[in-house]
Amino acid sequence: MTINSGDTAWLLVSAALVMFMTPGLAFFYGGMARRKNLLSTLMMSFVMIGIGGLIWVLYGYSLGFGPDIGGFIGNLSFLGLKGVGQTPSAVYASTVPQLAFMMYQGMFAIIAVALITGSVVERIKFSSLIVFAVAWLTFIYFPVAHWVWGGGWLARLGALDFAGGTVVHLNAGVSALALAFLLGKRKGFPQDQMEPNNIPLVVLGAGILWFGWFGFNAGSALSSGGLASVAFVNTNTAAAAASLTWMFLSWRQRKPAVLGAVTGAVAGLVAITPAAGYVTPVAAIAIGIVVSFVSFYSLILIKSKLKFDDSLDVFACHGMGGIWGAIATGIFATTMVNTAGSGAVDGNWVQILRQLAAVGAVAGFAFAGSLIIGKVVDATLGLRVRQVDETVGLDISQHGERAYGGLMR
Amino acid sequence: MKKIEAIIREERLEAVKKSLEDVGYMGITVTEVVGRGHQKGLVLQWRAGEYRVDLLPKLKIEVVVMDEDVSKVSSSIITAARTGEMGDGKIFIIPVENVIRIRTGEDGINAV
Repeated sequence: MTINSGDTAWLLVSAALVMFMTPGLAFFYGGMARRKNLLSTLMMSFVMIGIGGLIWVLYGYSLGFGPDIGGFIGNLSFLGLKGVGQTPSAVYASTVPQLAFMMYQGMFAIIAVALITGSVVERIKFSSLIVFAVAWLTFIYFPVAHWVWGGGWLARLGALDFAGGTVVHLNAGVSALALAFLLGKRKGFPQDQMEPNNIPLVVLGAGILWFGWFGFNAGSALSSGGLASVAFVNTNTAAAAASLTWMFLSWRQRKPAVLGAVTGAVAGLVAITPAAGYVTPVAAIAIGIVVSFVSFYSLILIKSKLKFDDSLDVFACHGMGGIWGAIATGIFATTMVNTAGSGAVDGNWVQILRQLAAVGAVAGFAFAGSLIIGKVVDATLGLRVRQVDETVGLDISQHGERAYGGLMR
Repeated sequence: MKKIEAIIREERLEAVKKSLEDVGYMGITVTEVVGRGHQKGLVLQWRAGEYRVDLLPKLKIEVVVMDEDVSKVSSSIITAARTGEMGDGKIFIIPVENVIRIRTGEDGINAV
């Protein structure tokens, strides 16, 4: 176990790239909220860098990646990063300091919990969101990360998830749906038109997300060689295909919408996440095209037909995109790209069932767990702000600030 | 004295300013407003569908004129602002009790 400087440099840069995704997500979400909730929406993502950044170091890494207990969770031997040092771990990423691996994984926990907030913006009480976030990371995210990446039972089952399509996106997307159910609709939804306050911010956020995603996916190679390059190419290719597809879907309906093109890009990035290191670039194009159809029509079904107020469509983009990505990995994974994974294209049809098992397990656990945590928080602290606070907007009622202050320019 | 309040299309602002200058009124106040009339509104898009916005952006021009200039000024605004399509706007004429220039304190006609 010698440290490879190229691998270490790339993983540290990747950790920084993934960290940058969370403020990117803040802008992506913030621009879609109404003007009176812009700051609060930004803050819901930004605060997770603080929350996740602390508890990951204190006990999160230990629960996720500590020595296994029954395939379900890590033990507490890495509490406060005890024994996690400048030498590589015996188990993970054998060419980089374990500290680099630890911090890289920590950034995933942060973006995962931030993703959830998109379904509950404009009405959740900030203090309750903090409590929910700590509990969700502890009881949902850390176990699921352990199942898939920490040597837990899903890893043993042989489910493939290269960079966290199931652990991060499906997990967060389903949890977001559960929390939106508990919290109920925003006042005025769906009869009042709720316009995005600033689509340029959404474009900025999507650009930052796309940029950071290279760290998310190509960094997941945990090395700086060929595998990272495959994942890098697939990531860009799928996002390009998905963005154009969504643009054409909106064009067919009316005009090529900017919000559509950037939403498609993010959906493509979600879908390629589990597959990035297992498939060919041509498969990445197929994955990207299909995910835009899946998310576009899920979104219409959820929001327009069923009238669920998943406010910023977290489930349609990350939940459904994550499900498609997991299945697509089972279809398109090939040993020509990576000997660690073969799918239906290699004749290994069983892989699709393994992928579905992982989707079912994580989705069920995340939905039930988030409902329980949400119920407890609601019963003790109350999840929702008062009516008047919602009407005034969360910027002023929760944070005592406003995005655009002052009468004078 | 009367105040003429004209709601006009944004793109007619330069023409209306010019026409007011031509009839001797430099001093105006312009405000960005939104409103609704007979015009149907705009169809905009969200991520997977469309919606209608029925309050459209317009400009409100306010100018205070002498009683005898009311018809001259309003017809010059009409000429400059009219396109003949729905959404050209409206003009309101409102009596003004007094006008005071803050710098000098002079009032009435002299302050217009």
